[in-house]
Amino acid sequence: METLLPTPQTAFTDTSLEIAGKIFSSRFLLGTGKFRDKTELTESIKASGAQIVTVALRRIDLERHEENILGYIPQDVTLLTNTSGARNAKEAVRIAHLARESGCGNWVKVEVINDSKYLLPDNEETVKATAILACEGFVVLPYMYPDLYTARALVKAGAATVMPLGSPIGSGQGLRIKEFIQILIDEIDIPIIVDAGLGVPSHAAQAMEMGADAVLVNTAVATADNPPLLAQAFALAIQAGRLAYADKNKSQPTPPMTANPSSPLTGFLYDS
Amino acid sequence: MITLGDIKNILYDPSRETTERLAQEASRLTRQHFGRTITLYAPLYLSNFCSSYCTYCGFHSHNRIKRFKLTAHQMRQEMSFLAEEGIENALLLTGESYQATPLSYLKEATTIAKAYFPNISLEVHPMEKAEYHELFAQGVDGISVYQETYNRQRYQHVHRSGKKADYNYRLGAPERAAQAGMRHIALGILLGLADVAEDLHNLYQHIYWMERHYPGVEYSISFPRLRPVKGEDFAYCDVNDITLVRIICLTRIHFPRVGINCSTRESPQLRNHILELGVTRMSAGSNTSVGGYTITAPDKQDPQFDIKDNRSVSEMISLLKERHFDPVLTDWRRIEVA
Repeated sequence: METLLPTPQTAFTDTSLEIAGKIFSSRFLLGTGKFRDKTELTESIKASGAQIVTVALRRIDLERHEENILGYIPQDVTLLTNTSGARNAKEAVRIAHLARESGCGNWVKVEVINDSKYLLPDNEETVKATAILACEGFVVLPYMYPDLYTARALVKAGAATVMPLGSPIGSGQGLRIKEFIQILIDEIDIPIIVDAGLGVPSHAAQAMEMGADAVLVNTAVATADNPPLLAQAFALAIQAGRLAYADKNKSQPTPPMTANPSSPLTGFLYDS
Repeated sequence: MITLGDIKNILYDPSRETTERLAQEASRLTRQHFGRTITLYAPLYLSNFCSSYCTYCGFHSHNRIKRFKLTAHQMRQEMSFLAEEGIENALLLTGESYQATPLSYLKEATTIAKAYFPNISLEVHPMEKAEYHELFAQGVDGISVYQETYNRQRYQHVHRSGKKADYNYRLGAPERAAQAGMRHIALGILLGLADVAEDLHNLYQHIYWMERHYPGVEYSISFPRLRPVKGEDFAYCDVNDITLVRIICLTRIHFPRVGINCSTRESPQLRNHILELGVTRMSAGSNTSVGGYTITAPDKQDPQFDIKDNRSVSEMISLLKERHFDPVLTDWRRIEVA
């Protein structure tokens, strides 16, 4: 017998995610690459509840309006154009300009990759592009390798968030460098969005439990057998992780320092 | 790095299970890294003048075909046709004649093509780095330059005269294109010219080397099989469908993120199946004659090679959708920062 999944009820109210003065209730950003069917993309966006969606300018079919990917993204979603294909800061800046001129707005995910084998981001060029674009009034969400110095430089350059990778793009390996992402979560005051490498919902849950402000997923959803279903699974996992984080961090009295009756190491001080 | 012995073991293993095992793994990796997407492109032949004598090619200098190159007006006519068909990635080709299609001609063609296509690649004679850079600055983002075979002896045997007979100059062309800033470089071997396993091994080494030294370039690989020209067969050894499929799968497994091209040299039936196995880029609605789309009547055409898959761009798009693939017409937009 088929039955609808029960909807968990929660009395918990969360603080909202704020990026560049804009408030989001969803902490799930969805990428739009690799989908086999654009209508499935629309269904996945809806199922994910994502309020921010990334699109590569290189894939926006400005010439063929009926196939233009922008037509498949709901109007109320914030469009985040990414600079996929940029090999240095100059190219990323150029792509951001083209995106703005094409009517894609001024939210840009800076992605500078000069390595087609591992697709790892070039942090140095990313900082340069972020500084230029932030200065020009773009809302910049830079994709980066989780390095504390780079994250600080990005904050200084005017980034709206910092987006460390969990593992290489499309690899689905999860959080391979979680300790270093944790350092960014602990030390950086602007939102940390874990991006790339999250292969299954539990990876996303783990990132959220650690205290990430949001996650971005693309390949895992786009290449699933049933993308809208997996989009919803990720959405639930992100909420689960967020609740677990909230529980861990709720203000509660610190446990009293109770004496250990056995005191194996210090007992001698008191034995007389 | 896979050894030549391993490649031979895999290509020549008679077992059917080996083919299926390779295909399963290649299919999985392709879906993981590319999703169910196929990028479409089309060739546009600008000229069939050629000063090289390559025994297997319909354009070679000793072949008595009508030589001509498109004028600017004819280029617009051909390009406009392709653009209206829906093509946005155009591959402009010429025979290899440094005199008939010099750099200035290629730059002019590029300037015209920019009005029609967001992404332009060239498959022309190898050049110097400075020349590639001029083309990049003009708006060319990709270069296809196939070594054809890495076996020097066979190379000299089939490339009898002209600049193409210079093995080393051709071998260095991908590096010069990368140094000039090209973002997409296609390498390849012409299957049937020499021992397939040896050529594949050498091609892999070439790509490893290029990736190591020029990591920012997006690479793709082509495995054209020798096709008859006007019915005449030039193949030195036969590469059957099973071997071709194994080559594609093995390549995907060793280069998970590299593009794999498949042209209309292959039959519709094979192309329909190969979609699932590792190919990521396909030509569609192709004609391999100069002016073949709108200028030269079909019975007057001298193709570079005979086409097997005559389906139009819209038919390919419908087929891809039927098979749950997203046909990608735009996978790069020229940004002109050179």
